[in-house]
Amino acid sequence: MVGAIKQNETSSKVHPLKFALWLIIVSIIMMFAAWTSAYIVRKEEGNWLDFSLPGNLIVNTVIIVISSVFMQLAYGAAKKDELAKLKLYLIGTFVAGLGFLLGQWQAWSDLVDRKIFFGGSDSNPSGSFLYVLTGVHGFHLITGLIFVLIVLISSHQFKVHSRNMLRIELCTTYWHFLGALWVYLFAFLSMNH
Amino acid sequence: MASTDISLTHDVHHAHDDHDHDHHDQHFIFKYIFSQDHKVIAKQFLITGIIWAFIGGALSTIFRLQLGWPQATYDWLEPILGKWIEGGKLSPEFFLSLVTMHGTIMVFFVLTAGLSGTFSNFLIPLQIGARDMASGFLNMLSYWFFFLSSVIMFLSLFLETGPASAGWTIYPPLSALPQAIPGSGTGMTMWIVSMAFFIVSSLLGSVNYITTVINLRTKGMSMTKLPLTIWAFFLTAVLGVLSFPVLFSCVLLLLFDRSFGTSFYLSEIYVAGEALSNVGGSPILFQHLFWFLGHPEVYIVILPGFGIVSEIIATNARKPIFGYRAMIGSMLGISLLSFIVWAHHMFVSGMNPFLGSVFMFLTLIIAVPSAVKVFNWLATLWRGNIVFTVPMLFSIGFVSLFISGGLTGIILGNSTLDIQFHNTYFVVAHFHLVMASSAFFGLFAGVYHWYPKMFGRMMDDKLGYIHFWLTFIGVYMVFMPMHYVGIAGFPRRYYSWTSFELFSKFADLNMYISLAAVIAWLAQFIFAFNFFYSMFRGRRATQNPWRSTTLEWTTPVNPGHGNWPGAIPTVYRWPYDYSKPGAADDFIPQHIPYSETASSNLPHEKDLA
Repeated sequence: MVGAIKQNETSSKVHPLKFALWLIIVSIIMMFAAWTSAYIVRKEEGNWLDFSLPGNLIVNTVIIVISSVFMQLAYGAAKKDELAKLKLYLIGTFVAGLGFLLGQWQAWSDLVDRKIFFGGSDSNPSGSFLYVLTGVHGFHLITGLIFVLIVLISSHQFKVHSRNMLRIELCTTYWHFLGALWVYLFAFLSMNH
Repeated sequence: MASTDISLTHDVHHAHDDHDHDHHDQHFIFKYIFSQDHKVIAKQFLITGIIWAFIGGALSTIFRLQLGWPQATYDWLEPILGKWIEGGKLSPEFFLSLVTMHGTIMVFFVLTAGLSGTFSNFLIPLQIGARDMASGFLNMLSYWFFFLSSVIMFLSLFLETGPASAGWTIYPPLSALPQAIPGSGTGMTMWIVSMAFFIVSSLLGSVNYITTVINLRTKGMSMTKLPLTIWAFFLTAVLGVLSFPVLFSCVLLLLFDRSFGTSFYLSEIYVAGEALSNVGGSPILFQHLFWFLGHPEVYIVILPGFGIVSEIIATNARKPIFGYRAMIGSMLGISLLSFIVWAHHMFVSGMNPFLGSVFMFLTLIIAVPSAVKVFNWLATLWRGNIVFTVPMLFSIGFVSLFISGGLTGIILGNSTLDIQFHNTYFVVAHFHLVMASSAFFGLFAGVYHWYPKMFGRMMDDKLGYIHFWLTFIGVYMVFMPMHYVGIAGFPRRYYSWTSFELFSKFADLNMYISLAAVIAWLAQFIFAFNFFYSMFRGRRATQNPWRSTTLEWTTPVNPGHGNWPGAIPTVYRWPYDYSKPGAADDFIPQHIPYSETASSNLPHEKDLA
């Protein structure tokens, strides 16, 4: 098997780890598909608290898109062996990702200030769903940040360059997915508020 | 990926070279415990699964005692069950725990992890011609997450308030409110935590199985030359990747309802005259989410059986499998349909009747691919030179059980009939035949058939035959009468019916079922003895004891790390060249090129390699 991977001659012409990552992405999609469809079903049943989304979510969306752009630039830099740029862009990705998380935290504080709670006697599923969707996405974003950090560290060890792209390819795919997932969630939430 | 520094598999030989003084211990630990070799991981899954099966079977035996002899006293069980026996009687809460844990253990820990985990791990690399799984490390993690989840579930059996007891389907509000039933306290929390780890394990496993099947097939092994076992494991893994995350979503919300005061599934509830603050939730939402996993889950349980049985029937009937492509097509059809029929578990939940009829229609369509499969198995057996080995008997038993249980599926799939049958023993009889017993027969068939490849020795035939006949007759003795009990209206999960005069005339029948259940359970100890005894004292196996065509029989009797000592064989033909006219032998293995079998080649095969 090791031989097969070294020659990049797998029966699908795709590296197994890339393939596995896509399958993991599919399973994450299924999780959120379950919640967003549950959201719709539950909303239809009534007894649904209507409230406006925290205002800064649109800012967060812009930030995460910017982080994706940085990630893509980092990928391009690695491909062209521009290692200094690569590190810079990866730091950009990481900082923007961190900024997004802080922004989400801010959105939660905003909700709490408006007395829209996750649980307790005053809570309504419409608010709880918002916390679950943003919370679980945030959790996955933290795993993404750890991945970016790993790539950043290995780029300092000269392990990320044009002939060693697997790690950053995987990271780019995952990071773009997390960004796209948030854009989907934001669009979904905006349409339902 | 010429110079990638991510090592996909830990190469054991390297670790071996730079050993130090404690090399011997390390050797053992990494070879048998934290192993990344798919064959060892498969055996770990198998043995853990067997242990779970005996626990699950013991639980059902205890509750069958209660159902069969409701007036008896059970002081003699006190040494084992302790406080669960109150004044010589099983406590009713404990009865519900038994039912719940029996279901959970059998469905998830035995027939999902024990079955898929064992055979997907063992057979995928061996039958597609790969050195190991795509990621040995993730594969190892998959087992250890399963182990962790097993430990948590096992420990929950010893809680003072008891393990989860809201049924394996853990419907809220019963499962969400600790004040509703003792088992919904810590026991339920541990159930959820354990299942979360289980889902992680299952996902890691499935991701690996799919990746391996797609990426690491040997030269010549196209998707249409794959043995049906691999197709079955592949589709099982696809179902797992798509459905288990939904169960995760589902139980995460339940966890929030239980521990963080949200109201996803709870609304307007009074417990002991006290109103709860939860408003706005919907318990039906839980059922939708749960059964979106729950229905594919029954196919996750049965599909590996389909594959194993197809393979064993073709081998032992010495005939090509009838309708190879139809077999693949029907498995694809069943996999697809499994995702759009979930609400047939909810016909009486107050769902819109129109929606019910849509789900009924889709459900009944499943009869078509299932019938295709049954027809093909029977057509394969038809006029074959059948060799009645033990795995063959279990495979034929599988087909028999699948037919018997499948027929009642057509009855239950009708939403109108379900009004009468819902939650009666008719349902219990149906799914125990078509899903539980069948899958167990598939598991047994697989163990007997691939035992020589796993341990290099044969299991004892005579004990195998005794095991088969006792189990086969036992299973029918348990579940056939259960249909009558169900038609009479006995609801499932009831502790006792002695207060209903109507049911008293069925007391004998219930006693009969219980007696059969105890016998069938005891018969499994013959299997356990045979399994462990043969590991050390069994007759030594030859390289290809069943004269089979697939690649795993081209490896040495005890395949080492990497499976084939030399190059991986190239595949030239499909896996079912049995009794080909003109051939010297009655089987031609997949790695024999057509150029070597001129006498048996069909006209279109003459020019092939």
